[in-house]
Amino acid sequence: MEDFEILRKQLIWSRLISAVEEQAQTVIRTAFSQSVRECGDLSAGVFNRRGQMIAQAITGTPGHVNAMAICIEHFIDKFPVDQMKPGDIFCTNDPWLSVGHYHDVTVVTPAFYKGQVVGLFANTCHIVDMGGRGLGPDSRQVYEEGINIPIMHLAREGIVNEDLMEILRTNVRNARDMEGDFYAMIACNDEGTRRLISILKEFDLDDIEDVGDYIIQQSQDSIGTAVRNLPDGVYENKMTLDGFFDPIHLKACLTIKGDQIIVDYDGTSEASIFGINVVMNFCIAYTVFGVNCIIGHNVPCNAGSINVVEVRAPLGSILNVERPMPVSARHVIGQMLPDLVFGCLAQAAPDKVPAEGAGAMWNPMFRGGKTAISAEVLASSPTITKDFDVITFNTGGTGGRPLLDGMSTTAFPSGVRTPPIEAIETDYPLIVWRKEFREGSGGAGQYRGGLGQILEFGCQDGAPFSVAAMFDRTLKAPKGRHGGCNGAVGIVRTDDGQILKSKGRQTIPYNKKLVLEMPGGGGYGNPKLRDPELVRQDVLDELITSQAALEDYGVVLTQDMQIDKSATQTQRS
Amino acid sequence: MHDIKTTTRVGIDIGGTFTDVVLETNNERFTSKVLTTLSSPADACMVGLESVVKQAGIKPINVDIIIHGTTLATNAIIERKGAITSMITTRGFRDVIEIGTEGRPEQYDVNILKPDPLVPRRRRFTIAERLNSAGHVLHQLEESELEALIPALDRAGTEALAICLLHSYANPMHENAARNFFAKKRPEWFISVSSDISPEFREFERFSTTCANAYVQPLTSKYLTEFEARLKTDGYQCEMMMMLSNGGLTTVQTAKDVPVRLIESGPAGGALFACDVTQRLGISKALSFDMGGTTAKICLIDNHKPQTNRRFEVARVYRFRKDSGIPIRIPVIDMVEIGAGGGSIAEIDILGRLAVGPESAGSVPGPACYGQGGERPTVTDANLVLGRMNPANFANSLLKLDIAAAETTLTTHIAEPLNIGLIASAYGVTEIVCENMANAARVHTIESGKNTNDRTLIAFGGAAPLHICQLADKLSVNRIIIPANAGVGSAVGFLRAPISYEVFQTHYQHLDHFDIKAANATLIEMETQARSKVKLGASPEAKLTTNRIAYMRYHGQGHEIAVDLTNEPLGSNVAKSLQRLFDTEYRNVFGRTISNIAAAEIVSFAVTVTTEPYAAVTTTASGIVEHITHATRTAFDSAVEEERSFVIVPRENLQVAKPIAGPAIITEKETSVVVSSIFEARTLLSGDIELLRTDNRILTKKT
Repeated sequence: MEDFEILRKQLIWSRLISAVEEQAQTVIRTAFSQSVRECGDLSAGVFNRRGQMIAQAITGTPGHVNAMAICIEHFIDKFPVDQMKPGDIFCTNDPWLSVGHYHDVTVVTPAFYKGQVVGLFANTCHIVDMGGRGLGPDSRQVYEEGINIPIMHLAREGIVNEDLMEILRTNVRNARDMEGDFYAMIACNDEGTRRLISILKEFDLDDIEDVGDYIIQQSQDSIGTAVRNLPDGVYENKMTLDGFFDPIHLKACLTIKGDQIIVDYDGTSEASIFGINVVMNFCIAYTVFGVNCIIGHNVPCNAGSINVVEVRAPLGSILNVERPMPVSARHVIGQMLPDLVFGCLAQAAPDKVPAEGAGAMWNPMFRGGKTAISAEVLASSPTITKDFDVITFNTGGTGGRPLLDGMSTTAFPSGVRTPPIEAIETDYPLIVWRKEFREGSGGAGQYRGGLGQILEFGCQDGAPFSVAAMFDRTLKAPKGRHGGCNGAVGIVRTDDGQILKSKGRQTIPYNKKLVLEMPGGGGYGNPKLRDPELVRQDVLDELITSQAALEDYGVVLTQDMQIDKSATQTQRS
Repeated sequence: MHDIKTTTRVGIDIGGTFTDVVLETNNERFTSKVLTTLSSPADACMVGLESVVKQAGIKPINVDIIIHGTTLATNAIIERKGAITSMITTRGFRDVIEIGTEGRPEQYDVNILKPDPLVPRRRRFTIAERLNSAGHVLHQLEESELEALIPALDRAGTEALAICLLHSYANPMHENAARNFFAKKRPEWFISVSSDISPEFREFERFSTTCANAYVQPLTSKYLTEFEARLKTDGYQCEMMMMLSNGGLTTVQTAKDVPVRLIESGPAGGALFACDVTQRLGISKALSFDMGGTTAKICLIDNHKPQTNRRFEVARVYRFRKDSGIPIRIPVIDMVEIGAGGGSIAEIDILGRLAVGPESAGSVPGPACYGQGGERPTVTDANLVLGRMNPANFANSLLKLDIAAAETTLTTHIAEPLNIGLIASAYGVTEIVCENMANAARVHTIESGKNTNDRTLIAFGGAAPLHICQLADKLSVNRIIIPANAGVGSAVGFLRAPISYEVFQTHYQHLDHFDIKAANATLIEMETQARSKVKLGASPEAKLTTNRIAYMRYHGQGHEIAVDLTNEPLGSNVAKSLQRLFDTEYRNVFGRTISNIAAAEIVSFAVTVTTEPYAAVTTTASGIVEHITHATRTAFDSAVEEERSFVIVPRENLQVAKPIAGPAIITEKETSVVVSSIFEARTLLSGDIELLRTDNRILTKKT
């Protein structure tokens, strides 16, 4: 019966999404690096024989997902699908072919059924160390940033490529975690393959080409419809970021025409001479993510939902760099793109778009031991720790939203989570002395911006250590929207008040601590329109001071913390 | 005293909507179902008790034991009706319970909500003190720090206090000092301490669990004290035991100390009910499936034991999504709960896909066919249109179902937008809801390293029997059991529960330099603690069993798997044998080991002490009924995807010896069992209904 055919395709669709979620859970359960197992810095998906993504796990982070979605075609260009053999597994971490820096490794496994490839499973995971200088913005060329794995066999017909593994083991600081993560990624795709085959058997299919086309078409159509509902036009927005030495200007021109969206970054600053550059894949990933958050957040991510947006960036600009420019800390710029795109979309859909937030995560990459710190500190410090390398994932506040406050200390646009402090301190000699809301950092607004947080890091016994800083919005604040105020800018300093650079590796001397004060989100709407009771609640919770209640919100509170209604009315009029 | 010899036993389950009471005596079972009285939950209990005692023809004094489970604690958290709770934590960490993981439960939706913490920021206070991960003092706690907080805690109106310090699982010294101080200064406060309530690392979960305990403690304590008094007044002289979330029983006093462990005790009773079915029918691998009006709950049962877990979330605020609720770290029966029930609303999403749930029409306004103002199509409306329910005979004929309303809403909201027929749209709704449940079951079994296809499904709850054949097809299951008394399953399950207590402790050790003495000392202390809790309730001669588990992982990994330990003290070769046990378990779950690159380590121990489970009362099926000519009704058969003529058989007419072949509908007081044409149904001597697959072809459907 034809009616049931549509239903069946929808069932298979839901089944495929479930299968890739199982794939993602497998890698989380088996991975070694904290970034994958505790923080979810990964993605997993299934592709058709032509390399188009059909389904992607709910668990995962957008930079990975959307970049991975467009990288599979490079794999099948080099290793045509009809020449793949059962047991073959491929991998790469080439920034330009995959996810934008060496730490993100993509593993692709063809799924065989009845003697032929019926789909490709891929996953991308953040591996903490891939050699070179380690994650950080200090390199001048990509060669300094680690070891490049060109697209190649990770396993041939079931036998792991021991030559590759040996080269990798001898080039990284933590061979066990790196190797363990590769095995986790293999297990992840194996799980996906098992699920796919059982789906094919149950529904008596030979492949997922037809169903895949249906999924892609439906997704593309529905995003297309959403785009058609927006007014045609050309919408521009600009953003200035701290950069390494000089400010970086990002410029976006978003054109809506029928069911198409074109985002053009012409006019954006040239590539940095340090490793905060973005490759095209990563630029597309976060651009598409930003657009889809506003117009298609109900549409599962696949080739269809990605196709609707065309992204252009001038070759050689910071959003589309060429080899051998360094790219390690590319998230600092790339994760700002959703806010940049939001600024364009806010003109087309004024009541749907939040204010700007902290944007890029604040991920301090710590290193301890003799080789980690400056020569003078090394000479004078009474204690030195064992060698260690660890990254934590942290974030500021998100922007105020239409009808809702921004979220305090919540990752956006990134989808990763922070590791527990008790886990960090069990595994590494770091001590986290403070992790709490940064009071007053949320931009005032009818809907207040989310608060950033303050983190304070030291080392056991006061030992010196270094941090690769890759933080932004320390000079330019996240902007409010529709009359909302800006969020607070971030601050990087030591506990005795010495201001540190926002980018680049720096030593924290003996008995000093690193303090990160993260940006708050911008406010949404005129603060004088905020419900006075909510302002009072914010004061009671010490998220803002009563002085801020008066000055920013025009709300007067009495000695016993009640709202002085008439004084408030006067103040607000 | 809880004594194995007791003969008259009562189970009381207070749910959100109904309070169920079950009495078992001399191999007979009496049941009662009354509406829950939220303002004073004991009222409904007393009404129910009176009813079953009367039915049994006995007096309150004849009841030997009452076993009680309640959603009181869960509801207090969901509805935010707990105590005014304050929290004391390490300076610099005021916002741990609000910041959580810094993550979002969904990537693309900018309008998601995160759960409000149980203790608002204004009542979270910090003190100068600090331990490191080994439990060594980095900053000594001074009493003056505690003294200084008293005025602020008083001003906050504190009723309950949660003390949550970093690394207290490794050394409870500072937490204990704080507890002793406040217990002396403010004896009227309820105090919960994180190293007691949940002594394991990961501060967000531990703190959150401790705050939840404090939050529900005054309320639970008051209720239990009052209820016990009321029982005495009405002539019930017996002991009352409380059902815990892990399926064990404990004393009222322990329940008052650790009320957070009462959360989800109702569903735990349901799982025990299913376990009991597997026990009496000798089923080694099962999947229990409890589907009601709003949600479906699924639990894996191996060798008559439910799967347990230590992670749990309560009060999820975003589509039942993981990470959108308040994490609770307690021993729980591991159940997946998804938004799929009879009231789940069906719609066409923006992709033109048919989607069902998690939004539910609830009981008010309810499905469109209830005629109470519900306008959107629900799963129940779809079942009615498919002919699976009798519109004239629903809920003891209290409610006449309006089939025209169901047809209209399905046509408008589903069939027309999809451009398909009415029947196809109704079938689609049931297919999607079953698919959602099957997917949840599948992901859950994968996460547990298990399979669904060799299991028996045990179905209960009002909506489960309508869909069970469809679900069985999706999970490749061949055998289904619909137990007797499924409507009051949880309360019956309570009566099967053993007295049991689990103690958990983080105990971090590498296998390659393993301190056997320290490990044995920890295990012995844990067992002593668990035994003392169980002995409070068990009779002196009761046989106690100890179960010890090591949670292990490869050094460098973040997630542990459970490895069973024997009850012998760990000996000199323990490292080798633990490595072997771990490798075996790891291979079972993930298909391969990686011992070549990493060594194994222990992260935590769990020790459970338990009495034997209580043997079941076997209700027998009534004798062979004479051949009766049955009515028929046209209904949709999922096996052939066509309408067929279904035989209608009242449950009491179903015969033991003679199976009835599908398509058939077995009617009961509260629900109907829909038997598709590739299953046959019969009553077992135990009174349960068994459905067996008669044709495997359907497992591969044509596209």
